[in-house]
Amino acid sequence: MTSPILHVENLKATYGPVQVLHSINFSVFPKEIVVVLGANGAGKTTTLRSISGMIETSGTIQLNGEATHNLTPSEIVRRGVAHVPQGRGTFPELTVEENLKVGAFIRTDKDIKTDIEICYENYPVLFERKTQMAGSLSGGEQQMLAVSRALMSRPQLLLMDEPSLGLAPQIVEDLFTRFVAINQDQGTTMLIVEQNAQLALDIANRGYVLESGQISVEGKAEELINDDAIRRAYLGA
Amino acid sequence: MDLFLQRVFDALTNGSTYALIAVAMVLIFKATTLINFAQGEQAMLGAFVVLQLWNWGIPMWWAVTIGMVFSGILAAGLERVFIRKFDPADHLPLVIITLGLFLVLNAVAAIIWRFDPQSFPQLFPSGNAFTYNNVRLSWYSIFAFGSCVLVLFVLQTLLTKTKVGLAFRAVSSNLESSRLSGIKIGPTLQFGWALAAAAGTLGASIYAANPVLQIEPSMMLRALIFSVTAAALGGLDSLWGALIGGLTIGFVQSVVVQYIPFIPNEMSLSAAVVVLLIVLTLRPSGVLGTRAVERV
Repeated sequence: MTSPILHVENLKATYGPVQVLHSINFSVFPKEIVVVLGANGAGKTTTLRSISGMIETSGTIQLNGEATHNLTPSEIVRRGVAHVPQGRGTFPELTVEENLKVGAFIRTDKDIKTDIEICYENYPVLFERKTQMAGSLSGGEQQMLAVSRALMSRPQLLLMDEPSLGLAPQIVEDLFTRFVAINQDQGTTMLIVEQNAQLALDIANRGYVLESGQISVEGKAEELINDDAIRRAYLGA
Repeated sequence: MDLFLQRVFDALTNGSTYALIAVAMVLIFKATTLINFAQGEQAMLGAFVVLQLWNWGIPMWWAVTIGMVFSGILAAGLERVFIRKFDPADHLPLVIITLGLFLVLNAVAAIIWRFDPQSFPQLFPSGNAFTYNNVRLSWYSIFAFGSCVLVLFVLQTLLTKTKVGLAFRAVSSNLESSRLSGIKIGPTLQFGWALAAAAGTLGASIYAANPVLQIEPSMMLRALIFSVTAAALGGLDSLWGALIGGLTIGFVQSVVVQYIPFIPNEMSLSAAVVVLLIVLTLRPSGVLGTRAVERV
Protein backbone atom coordinates (compact mmCIF):
# COMPACT_ATOMS: atom_id res chain seq x y z
CA MET A 1 0.00 0.00 0.00
CA THR A 2 1.45 3.38 -0.98
CA SER A 3 1.39 6.10 1.62
CA PRO A 4 -1.18 8.85 1.22
CA ILE A 5 -0.26 12.21 -0.30
CA LEU A 6 -2.82 13.82 2.00
CA HIS A 7 -3.88 12.48 5.33
CA VAL A 8 -6.48 14.25 7.46
CA GLU A 9 -7.15 13.08 10.98
CA ASN A 10 -9.56 14.33 13.60
CA LEU A 11 -10.00 17.63 11.74
CA LYS A 12 -12.23 20.14 13.51
CA ALA A 13 -13.06 23.66 12.40
CA THR A 14 -15.21 26.36 13.90
CA TYR A 15 -16.50 29.71 12.68
CA GLY A 16 -16.99 31.67 15.90
CA PRO A 17 -19.32 29.65 18.09
CA VAL A 18 -20.42 27.35 15.26
CA GLN A 19 -18.56 24.09 14.79
CA VAL A 20 -18.47 23.31 11.08
CA LEU A 21 -16.30 20.20 10.98
CA HIS A 22 -16.71 17.54 13.67
CA SER A 23 -13.60 15.43 13.62
CA ILE A 24 -13.31 14.21 10.07
CA ASN A 25 -10.78 11.66 8.81
CA PHE A 26 -9.81 10.89 5.25
CA SER A 27 -6.87 10.26 2.95
CA VAL A 28 -5.99 10.90 -0.66
CA PHE A 29 -3.46 8.68 -2.41
CA PRO A 30 -1.09 9.63 -5.27
CA LYS A 31 -2.70 9.98 -8.73
CA GLU A 32 -6.20 9.56 -7.36
CA ILE A 33 -9.21 11.71 -8.12
CA VAL A 34 -11.22 11.91 -4.91
CA VAL A 35 -14.54 13.68 -4.68
CA VAL A 36 -16.21 15.12 -1.59
CA LEU A 37 -19.98 15.33 -1.95
CA GLY A 38 -22.39 17.11 0.32
CA ALA A 39 -25.21 19.61 0.55
CA ASN A 40 -24.79 23.34 1.13
CA GLY A 41 -23.29 24.01 4.54
CA ALA A 42 -22.01 20.47 5.03
CA GLY A 43 -18.44 21.77 5.42
CA LYS A 44 -16.97 20.98 2.01
CA THR A 45 -15.41 24.37 1.41
CA THR A 46 -14.18 24.50 5.00
CA THR A 47 -12.41 21.18 4.48
CA LEU A 48 -10.51 22.52 1.47
CA ARG A 49 -9.72 25.82 3.17
CA SER A 50 -8.32 23.91 6.15
CA ILE A 51 -5.99 21.94 3.92
CA SER A 52 -4.61 25.03 2.20
CA GLY A 53 -4.11 26.83 5.50
CA MET A 54 -6.68 29.57 4.95
CA ILE A 55 -8.44 28.96 8.28
CA GLU A 56 -7.42 27.83 11.73
CA THR A 57 -8.29 24.28 12.64
CA SER A 58 -7.50 21.63 15.18
CA GLY A 59 -6.47 18.10 14.31
CA THR A 60 -3.82 16.79 11.99
CA ILE A 61 -3.26 17.47 8.30
CA GLN A 62 -0.29 15.73 6.73
CA LEU A 63 1.18 16.15 3.27
CA ASN A 64 3.46 13.29 2.32
CA GLY A 65 3.70 12.40 5.98
CA GLU A 66 4.62 15.90 7.19
CA ALA A 67 2.27 17.95 9.33
CA THR A 68 1.14 21.14 7.57
CA HIS A 69 -1.73 22.36 9.72
CA ASN A 70 0.44 25.03 11.36
CA LEU A 71 1.85 26.38 8.10
CA THR A 72 0.76 29.52 6.24
CA PRO A 73 -0.97 29.27 2.84
CA SER A 74 2.16 30.39 1.03
CA GLU A 75 4.21 27.63 2.68
CA ILE A 76 1.57 25.05 1.85
CA VAL A 77 1.54 26.10 -1.82
CA ARG A 78 5.30 25.58 -1.83
CA ARG A 79 4.75 22.04 -0.59
CA GLY A 80 2.77 21.20 -3.67
CA VAL A 81 -0.86 22.04 -2.95
CA ALA A 82 -2.86 24.22 -5.35
CA HIS A 83 -6.36 25.37 -4.59
CA VAL A 84 -9.00 26.63 -7.01
CA PRO A 85 -11.43 28.51 -4.77
CA GLN A 86 -15.15 28.60 -5.34
CA GLY A 87 -16.40 31.00 -8.01
CA ARG A 88 -13.65 33.57 -8.30
CA GLY A 89 -10.30 31.91 -8.80
CA THR A 90 -8.92 34.40 -11.32
CA PHE A 91 -7.42 37.87 -11.21
CA PRO A 92 -9.96 39.93 -13.17
CA GLU A 93 -7.73 43.00 -13.71
CA LEU A 94 -4.82 40.92 -15.01
CA THR A 95 -4.53 39.47 -18.50
CA VAL A 96 -4.98 35.75 -19.08
CA GLU A 97 -1.24 35.28 -19.52
CA GLU A 98 -0.48 37.30 -16.37
CA ASN A 99 -2.90 35.10 -14.45
CA LEU A 100 -0.86 32.09 -15.50
CA LYS A 101 2.38 33.81 -14.50
CA VAL A 102 0.95 34.54 -11.05
CA GLY A 103 0.15 30.85 -10.84
CA ALA A 104 3.86 30.14 -11.32
CA PHE A 105 4.81 32.70 -8.65
CA ILE A 106 6.53 30.17 -6.39
CA ARG A 107 8.64 28.77 -9.20
CA THR A 108 12.09 29.92 -10.26
CA ASP A 109 12.83 27.32 -12.93
CA LYS A 110 13.09 27.94 -16.65
CA ASP A 111 10.11 25.84 -17.74
CA ILE A 112 7.41 28.38 -16.94
CA LYS A 113 7.02 29.34 -20.60
CA THR A 114 6.64 25.69 -21.62
CA ASP A 115 4.00 25.18 -18.96
CA ILE A 116 2.07 28.21 -20.19
CA GLU A 117 2.11 26.58 -23.64
CA ILE A 118 0.75 23.39 -22.10
CA CYS A 119 -2.10 25.37 -20.52
CA TYR A 120 -2.88 26.83 -23.94
CA GLU A 121 -2.90 23.34 -25.45
CA ASN A 122 -5.25 22.15 -22.72
CA TYR A 123 -7.59 25.07 -23.25
CA PRO A 124 -7.02 26.66 -26.69
CA VAL A 125 -9.57 29.39 -25.93
CA LEU A 126 -7.16 30.76 -23.33
CA PHE A 127 -4.54 31.16 -26.04
CA GLU A 128 -6.98 33.15 -28.17
CA ARG A 129 -7.68 35.43 -25.19
CA LYS A 130 -4.19 35.60 -23.70
CA THR A 131 -3.94 39.41 -23.78
CA GLN A 132 -7.51 39.94 -22.62
CA MET A 133 -8.40 40.88 -19.05
CA ALA A 134 -9.50 37.79 -17.17
CA GLY A 135 -12.56 39.66 -15.93
CA SER A 136 -13.91 39.82 -19.47
CA LEU A 137 -13.94 36.03 -19.94
CA SER A 138 -17.12 33.98 -19.72
CA GLY A 139 -17.80 31.90 -16.63
CA GLY A 140 -16.55 28.70 -18.23
CA GLU A 141 -13.41 30.34 -19.57
CA GLN A 142 -12.71 31.82 -16.16
CA GLN A 143 -12.96 28.39 -14.57
CA MET A 144 -10.55 26.98 -17.19
CA LEU A 145 -8.19 29.83 -16.37
CA ALA A 146 -8.54 29.29 -12.62
CA VAL A 147 -7.65 25.61 -13.02
CA SER A 148 -4.75 26.42 -15.33
CA ARG A 149 -3.53 29.08 -12.90
CA ALA A 150 -3.51 26.45 -10.14
CA LEU A 151 -1.68 23.91 -12.33
CA MET A 152 1.04 26.44 -13.09
CA SER A 153 2.49 25.90 -9.61
CA ARG A 154 3.06 22.25 -10.65
CA PRO A 155 1.09 20.90 -7.71
CA GLN A 156 1.14 17.34 -6.49
CA LEU A 157 -2.34 17.86 -5.12
CA LEU A 158 -4.99 20.02 -6.75
CA LEU A 159 -7.93 21.11 -4.61
CA MET A 160 -11.01 22.25 -6.51
CA ASP A 161 -14.04 23.84 -4.91
CA GLU A 162 -17.22 23.22 -6.94
CA PRO A 163 -15.70 23.74 -10.38
CA SER A 164 -19.11 23.16 -11.98
CA LEU A 165 -20.84 25.96 -10.09
CA GLY A 166 -22.93 28.17 -12.35
CA LEU A 167 -21.70 26.66 -15.62
CA ALA A 168 -23.72 25.20 -18.49
CA PRO A 169 -23.86 21.36 -18.52
CA GLN A 170 -21.92 21.06 -21.78
CA ILE A 171 -19.12 23.25 -20.46
CA VAL A 172 -18.98 21.32 -17.20
CA GLU A 173 -18.61 18.08 -19.13
CA ASP A 174 -15.72 19.46 -21.18
CA LEU A 175 -14.09 20.77 -18.03
CA PHE A 176 -14.35 17.41 -16.25
CA THR A 177 -13.13 15.43 -19.25
CA ARG A 178 -10.10 17.71 -19.23
CA PHE A 179 -9.56 16.98 -15.52
CA VAL A 180 -9.24 13.29 -16.29
CA ALA A 181 -6.74 14.03 -19.06
CA ILE A 182 -4.67 16.27 -16.78
CA ASN A 183 -4.80 13.64 -14.06
CA GLN A 184 -3.53 10.98 -16.46
CA ASP A 185 -1.01 13.06 -18.43
CA GLN A 186 0.54 15.02 -15.58
CA GLY A 187 -0.20 12.64 -12.72
CA THR A 188 -1.84 15.40 -10.68
CA THR A 189 -3.75 14.11 -7.68
CA MET A 190 -7.12 15.83 -7.32
CA LEU A 191 -9.48 16.44 -4.45
CA ILE A 192 -12.73 17.85 -5.84
CA VAL A 193 -15.62 19.19 -3.82
CA GLU A 194 -18.86 18.97 -5.77
CA GLN A 195 -22.61 19.10 -5.65
CA ASN A 196 -22.90 17.68 -9.14
CA ALA A 197 -22.54 14.13 -7.82
CA GLN A 198 -23.16 12.22 -11.05
CA LEU A 199 -20.49 13.97 -13.02
CA ALA A 200 -17.97 14.02 -10.19
CA LEU A 201 -18.39 10.32 -9.40
CA ASP A 202 -18.03 9.51 -13.11
CA ILE A 203 -14.45 10.78 -13.13
CA ALA A 204 -13.47 9.99 -9.52
CA ASN A 205 -11.76 6.92 -8.09
CA ARG A 206 -13.19 7.34 -4.64
CA GLY A 207 -15.63 9.57 -2.82
CA TYR A 208 -16.64 10.83 0.60
CA VAL A 209 -20.05 12.18 1.57
CA LEU A 210 -19.99 15.00 4.06
CA GLU A 211 -23.12 15.63 6.14
CA SER A 212 -23.29 18.37 8.79
CA GLY A 213 -19.53 18.34 9.23
CA GLN A 214 -19.11 14.59 9.44
CA ILE A 215 -18.24 11.95 6.90
CA SER A 216 -21.31 9.76 6.59
CA VAL A 217 -20.40 7.50 3.68
CA GLU A 218 -17.17 6.69 1.92
CA GLY A 219 -16.20 4.28 -0.77
CA LYS A 220 -15.18 3.63 -4.36
CA ALA A 221 -16.86 5.90 -6.89
CA GLU A 222 -18.71 3.05 -8.63
CA GLU A 223 -20.05 1.83 -5.29
CA LEU A 224 -21.27 5.28 -4.34
CA ILE A 225 -22.99 5.71 -7.69
CA ASN A 226 -25.02 2.59 -7.00
CA ASP A 227 -25.66 3.32 -3.33
CA ASP A 228 -29.41 3.78 -2.82
CA ALA A 229 -29.14 6.45 -0.13
CA ILE A 230 -26.76 8.48 -2.26
CA ARG A 231 -28.87 8.05 -5.33
CA ARG A 232 -31.84 9.45 -3.46
CA ALA A 233 -29.95 12.31 -1.82
CA TYR A 234 -27.64 13.51 -4.57
CA LEU A 235 -28.50 11.92 -7.88
CA GLY A 236 -32.25 12.50 -7.85
CA ALA A 237 -33.12 8.94 -8.76
CA MET B 1 -3.68 85.43 -24.06
CA ASP B 2 -0.34 85.96 -22.34
CA LEU B 3 -1.98 85.74 -18.97
CA PHE B 4 -3.76 82.55 -19.97
CA LEU B 5 -0.56 80.92 -21.17
CA GLN B 6 1.23 81.96 -18.00
CA ARG B 7 -1.54 80.40 -15.96
CA VAL B 8 -1.33 77.17 -17.93
CA PHE B 9 2.39 77.03 -17.19
CA ASP B 10 1.70 77.61 -13.51
CA ALA B 11 -0.80 74.78 -13.67
CA LEU B 12 1.89 72.53 -15.09
CA THR B 13 4.16 73.34 -12.17
CA ASN B 14 1.65 72.76 -9.41
CA GLY B 15 -0.09 69.91 -11.18
CA SER B 16 3.11 67.89 -11.52
CA THR B 17 3.82 67.98 -7.80
CA TYR B 18 0.22 67.15 -6.91
CA ALA B 19 0.49 64.27 -9.34
CA LEU B 20 3.57 62.87 -7.61
CA ILE B 21 1.83 62.75 -4.23
CA ALA B 22 -1.32 61.48 -5.94
CA VAL B 23 0.66 58.65 -7.55
CA ALA B 24 1.84 57.58 -4.11
CA MET B 25 -1.74 57.44 -2.91
CA VAL B 26 -2.83 55.57 -6.03
CA LEU B 27 -0.19 52.89 -5.37
CA ILE B 28 -1.58 52.20 -1.91
CA PHE B 29 -5.17 52.50 -3.06
CA LYS B 30 -4.58 50.02 -5.89
CA ALA B 31 -3.35 47.43 -3.46
CA THR B 32 -5.69 47.95 -0.53
CA THR B 33 -8.45 50.35 -1.66
CA LEU B 34 -7.30 52.43 1.29
CA ILE B 35 -6.55 56.16 1.13
CA ASN B 36 -3.42 56.84 3.12
CA PHE B 37 -3.95 60.26 4.64
CA ALA B 38 -0.44 60.19 6.08
CA GLN B 39 1.07 60.12 2.58
CA GLY B 40 1.68 63.87 2.48
CA GLU B 41 3.31 63.92 5.90
CA GLN B 42 5.51 60.92 5.09
CA ALA B 43 6.62 62.84 2.00
CA MET B 44 7.21 66.02 4.03
CA LEU B 45 9.30 64.12 6.56
CA GLY B 46 11.32 62.60 3.71
CA ALA B 47 11.88 66.07 2.24
CA PHE B 48 13.14 67.29 5.62
CA VAL B 49 15.59 64.42 5.73
CA VAL B 50 16.78 65.49 2.28
CA LEU B 51 17.23 69.04 3.56
CA GLN B 52 19.10 67.83 6.63
CA LEU B 53 21.46 65.70 4.56
CA TRP B 54 22.06 68.61 2.23
CA ASN B 55 22.81 70.87 5.20
CA TRP B 56 25.37 68.30 6.28
CA GLY B 57 27.07 68.73 2.95
CA ILE B 58 25.84 65.74 1.01
CA PRO B 59 25.39 66.50 -2.72
CA MET B 60 21.82 67.45 -3.59
CA TRP B 61 20.71 64.50 -5.66
CA TRP B 62 22.43 62.05 -3.36
CA ALA B 63 20.49 63.64 -0.52
CA VAL B 64 17.25 63.15 -2.47
CA THR B 65 18.09 59.53 -3.21
CA ILE B 66 18.98 58.74 0.40
CA GLY B 67 15.86 60.60 1.55
CA MET B 68 13.72 58.44 -0.74
CA VAL B 69 15.34 55.26 0.56
CA PHE B 70 14.92 56.49 4.14
CA SER B 71 11.22 57.19 3.74
CA GLY B 72 10.76 53.86 1.93
CA ILE B 73 12.26 52.04 4.91
CA LEU B 74 10.24 54.16 7.35
CA ALA B 75 7.03 53.36 5.43
CA ALA B 76 7.86 49.65 5.42
CA GLY B 77 8.27 49.87 9.19
CA LEU B 78 5.00 51.79 9.64
CA GLU B 79 3.19 49.20 7.53
CA ARG B 80 4.63 46.36 9.58
CA VAL B 81 3.88 47.88 12.98
CA PHE B 82 0.60 49.76 12.48
CA ILE B 83 -1.14 48.44 9.39
CA ARG B 84 -0.48 44.75 8.94
CA LYS B 85 -2.17 43.44 12.04
CA PHE B 86 -5.50 44.86 10.91
CA ASP B 87 -7.89 43.21 8.50
CA PRO B 88 -7.18 44.82 5.10
CA ALA B 89 -10.86 44.56 4.20
CA ASP B 90 -12.01 46.65 7.15
CA HIS B 91 -11.18 50.22 6.20
CA LEU B 92 -12.39 52.35 9.06
CA PRO B 93 -9.71 51.37 11.61
CA LEU B 94 -7.04 51.72 8.93
CA VAL B 95 -8.20 55.19 7.89
CA ILE B 96 -8.14 56.29 11.54
CA ILE B 97 -4.60 54.89 11.81
CA THR B 98 -3.42 56.82 8.76
CA LEU B 99 -4.99 59.98 10.22
CA GLY B 100 -3.14 59.27 13.47
CA LEU B 101 0.12 58.80 11.57
CA PHE B 102 -0.59 62.09 9.81
CA LEU B 103 -0.70 63.91 13.18
CA VAL B 104 2.27 62.09 14.68
CA LEU B 105 4.56 62.60 11.68
CA ASN B 106 3.61 66.26 11.52
CA ALA B 107 4.45 66.64 15.21
CA VAL B 108 7.73 64.77 14.87
CA ALA B 109 8.82 67.07 12.03
CA ALA B 110 7.82 70.11 14.07
CA ILE B 111 9.81 68.92 17.10
CA ILE B 112 12.94 68.26 15.07
CA TRP B 113 12.85 71.08 12.53
CA ARG B 114 10.46 73.66 14.06
CA PHE B 115 7.79 75.54 12.18
CA ASP B 116 10.07 78.24 10.79
CA PRO B 117 10.11 78.00 6.99
CA GLN B 118 13.51 77.07 5.63
CA SER B 119 14.74 77.30 2.08
CA PHE B 120 15.23 74.08 0.19
CA PRO B 121 18.09 73.35 -2.24
CA GLN B 122 17.40 74.18 -5.86
CA LEU B 123 17.07 70.79 -7.51
CA PHE B 124 16.74 72.15 -11.02
CA PRO B 125 18.45 74.89 -13.01
CA SER B 126 17.05 78.31 -12.18
CA GLY B 127 15.79 80.82 -14.69
CA ASN B 128 13.42 80.46 -17.58
CA ALA B 129 13.57 78.04 -20.41
CA PHE B 130 11.30 80.15 -22.51
CA THR B 131 10.20 83.76 -22.42
CA TYR B 132 7.67 85.37 -24.74
CA ASN B 133 6.39 88.86 -23.98
CA ASN B 134 5.52 88.50 -20.35
CA VAL B 135 5.04 84.75 -20.41
CA ARG B 136 7.70 82.71 -18.66
CA LEU B 137 8.14 78.99 -18.54
CA SER B 138 10.72 78.20 -15.90
CA TRP B 139 13.17 75.34 -16.04
CA TYR B 140 11.72 74.34 -12.72
CA SER B 141 8.29 73.71 -14.33
CA ILE B 142 9.78 71.67 -17.12
CA PHE B 143 11.87 69.54 -14.80
CA ALA B 144 9.02 69.08 -12.32
CA PHE B 145 6.76 67.81 -15.09
CA GLY B 146 9.56 65.71 -16.59
CA SER B 147 10.33 64.08 -13.22
CA CYS B 148 6.68 63.24 -12.79
CA VAL B 149 6.47 61.54 -16.18
CA LEU B 150 9.73 59.72 -15.50
CA VAL B 151 8.49 58.44 -12.13
CA LEU B 152 5.31 57.20 -13.77
CA PHE B 153 7.29 55.32 -16.41
CA VAL B 154 9.54 53.75 -13.80
CA LEU B 155 6.58 52.72 -11.65
CA GLN B 156 4.69 51.35 -14.60
CA THR B 157 7.69 49.30 -15.70
CA LEU B 158 8.17 48.03 -12.18
CA LEU B 159 4.51 46.98 -11.92
CA THR B 160 4.20 45.35 -15.32
CA LYS B 161 7.65 43.89 -15.99
CA THR B 162 8.87 42.57 -12.65
CA LYS B 163 7.79 39.65 -10.57
CA VAL B 164 7.20 41.68 -7.44
CA GLY B 165 5.15 44.13 -9.52
CA LEU B 166 3.04 41.27 -10.82
CA ALA B 167 2.53 40.03 -7.27
CA PHE B 168 1.53 43.52 -6.22
CA ARG B 169 -1.09 43.73 -8.98
CA ALA B 170 -2.31 40.22 -8.18
CA VAL B 171 -2.84 41.18 -4.55
CA SER B 172 -4.80 44.25 -5.60
CA SER B 173 -6.94 42.16 -7.92
CA ASN B 174 -7.78 39.12 -5.78
CA LEU B 175 -6.48 38.73 -2.26
CA GLU B 176 -7.62 35.13 -1.73
CA SER B 177 -6.25 33.73 -4.97
CA SER B 178 -3.00 35.60 -4.36
CA ARG B 179 -2.56 33.79 -1.05
CA LEU B 180 -3.47 30.52 -2.76
CA SER B 181 -0.79 31.20 -5.38
CA GLY B 182 1.85 31.43 -2.67
CA ILE B 183 2.20 35.22 -2.64
CA LYS B 184 3.04 36.58 0.81
CA ILE B 185 0.48 39.34 1.19
CA GLY B 186 2.16 41.29 4.01
CA PRO B 187 5.58 41.81 2.40
CA THR B 188 3.95 42.55 -0.96
CA LEU B 189 1.84 45.35 0.48
CA GLN B 190 4.86 46.53 2.44
CA PHE B 191 6.70 46.86 -0.85
CA GLY B 192 3.82 49.04 -2.09
CA TRP B 193 4.04 51.26 0.97
CA ALA B 194 7.80 51.70 0.55
CA LEU B 195 7.47 52.45 -3.15
CA ALA B 196 4.70 54.96 -2.50
CA ALA B 197 6.67 56.73 0.21
CA ALA B 198 9.75 56.99 -1.99
CA ALA B 199 7.70 58.47 -4.84
CA GLY B 200 6.02 60.82 -2.37
CA THR B 201 9.34 62.01 -0.98
CA LEU B 202 10.54 62.84 -4.46
CA GLY B 203 7.26 64.73 -4.96
CA ALA B 204 7.63 66.69 -1.74
CA SER B 205 11.28 67.49 -2.50
CA ILE B 206 10.33 68.84 -5.90
CA TYR B 207 7.44 70.73 -4.34
CA ALA B 208 9.72 72.29 -1.72
CA ALA B 209 12.33 73.09 -4.36
CA ASN B 210 9.87 75.45 -6.02
CA PRO B 211 11.70 78.81 -5.92
CA VAL B 212 8.61 80.53 -4.53
CA LEU B 213 8.08 78.03 -1.70
CA GLN B 214 9.89 77.08 1.48
CA ILE B 215 9.82 73.90 3.50
CA GLU B 216 7.99 73.73 6.83
CA PRO B 217 6.13 70.91 8.60
CA SER B 218 2.68 72.01 7.41
CA MET B 219 3.59 72.57 3.79
CA MET B 220 1.85 69.42 2.57
CA LEU B 221 -1.54 70.13 4.13
CA ARG B 222 -2.86 72.05 1.13
CA ALA B 223 -1.01 69.85 -1.32
CA LEU B 224 -2.52 66.76 0.31
CA ILE B 225 -6.07 67.92 -0.35
CA PHE B 226 -5.21 68.78 -3.94
CA SER B 227 -3.48 65.43 -4.35
CA VAL B 228 -6.34 63.37 -2.95
CA THR B 229 -8.64 65.25 -5.29
CA ALA B 230 -6.24 64.65 -8.17
CA ALA B 231 -6.04 60.95 -7.41
CA ALA B 232 -9.82 60.62 -7.24
CA LEU B 233 -10.27 62.64 -10.40
CA GLY B 234 -7.88 60.49 -12.40
CA GLY B 235 -9.39 57.29 -11.10
CA LEU B 236 -7.97 56.12 -7.80
CA ASP B 237 -6.34 53.03 -9.25
CA SER B 238 -4.71 54.57 -12.31
CA LEU B 239 -1.09 55.79 -12.31
CA TRP B 240 -1.51 57.96 -15.40
CA GLY B 241 -4.86 59.09 -14.09
CA ALA B 242 -2.97 60.67 -11.21
CA LEU B 243 -1.02 62.79 -13.70
CA ILE B 244 -4.16 63.84 -15.55
CA GLY B 245 -5.87 64.51 -12.22
CA GLY B 246 -2.90 66.50 -10.91
CA LEU B 247 -2.70 68.66 -14.04
CA THR B 248 -6.47 69.19 -14.05
CA ILE B 249 -6.45 70.31 -10.44
CA GLY B 250 -3.47 72.57 -11.10
CA PHE B 251 -5.36 74.02 -14.07
CA VAL B 252 -8.54 74.59 -12.09
CA GLN B 253 -6.55 76.19 -9.31
CA SER B 254 -4.74 78.67 -11.50
CA VAL B 255 -6.83 79.16 -14.64
CA VAL B 256 -10.45 78.71 -13.71
CA VAL B 257 -10.14 80.77 -10.57
CA GLN B 258 -8.42 83.48 -12.59
CA TYR B 259 -11.08 83.69 -15.26
CA ILE B 260 -14.29 83.23 -13.38
CA PRO B 261 -14.47 86.41 -11.38
CA PHE B 262 -17.15 85.35 -8.92
CA ILE B 263 -14.87 82.64 -7.55
CA PRO B 264 -12.68 84.40 -5.02
CA ASN B 265 -9.07 83.29 -4.74
CA GLU B 266 -9.76 81.82 -1.33
CA MET B 267 -12.12 79.37 -2.96
CA SER B 268 -9.52 77.79 -5.23
CA LEU B 269 -9.33 74.78 -2.91
CA SER B 270 -13.07 74.19 -3.02
CA ALA B 271 -13.19 74.85 -6.77
CA ALA B 272 -10.98 71.79 -7.19
CA VAL B 273 -13.42 69.70 -5.21
CA VAL B 274 -16.37 71.00 -7.23
CA VAL B 275 -14.61 69.87 -10.40
CA LEU B 276 -14.10 66.48 -8.78
CA LEU B 277 -17.81 66.25 -8.03
CA ILE B 278 -18.71 67.04 -11.62
CA VAL B 279 -16.24 64.53 -13.05
CA LEU B 280 -17.27 61.74 -10.68
CA THR B 281 -20.94 62.35 -11.47
CA LEU B 282 -20.21 61.79 -15.14
CA ARG B 283 -17.57 59.07 -14.72
CA PRO B 284 -17.87 57.40 -11.34
CA SER B 285 -14.52 55.63 -11.57
CA GLY B 286 -12.59 58.74 -12.58
CA VAL B 287 -11.02 59.68 -15.90
CA LEU B 288 -8.78 56.62 -16.28
CA GLY B 289 -9.97 54.46 -13.38
CA THR B 290 -10.74 50.81 -13.95
CA ARG B 291 -14.39 50.26 -14.56
CA ALA B 292 -15.54 46.91 -13.28
CA VAL B 293 -15.38 44.61 -16.30
CA GLU B 294 -16.90 41.52 -14.89
CA ARG B 295 -19.04 39.18 -16.93
CA VAL B 296 -21.48 37.11 -15.00
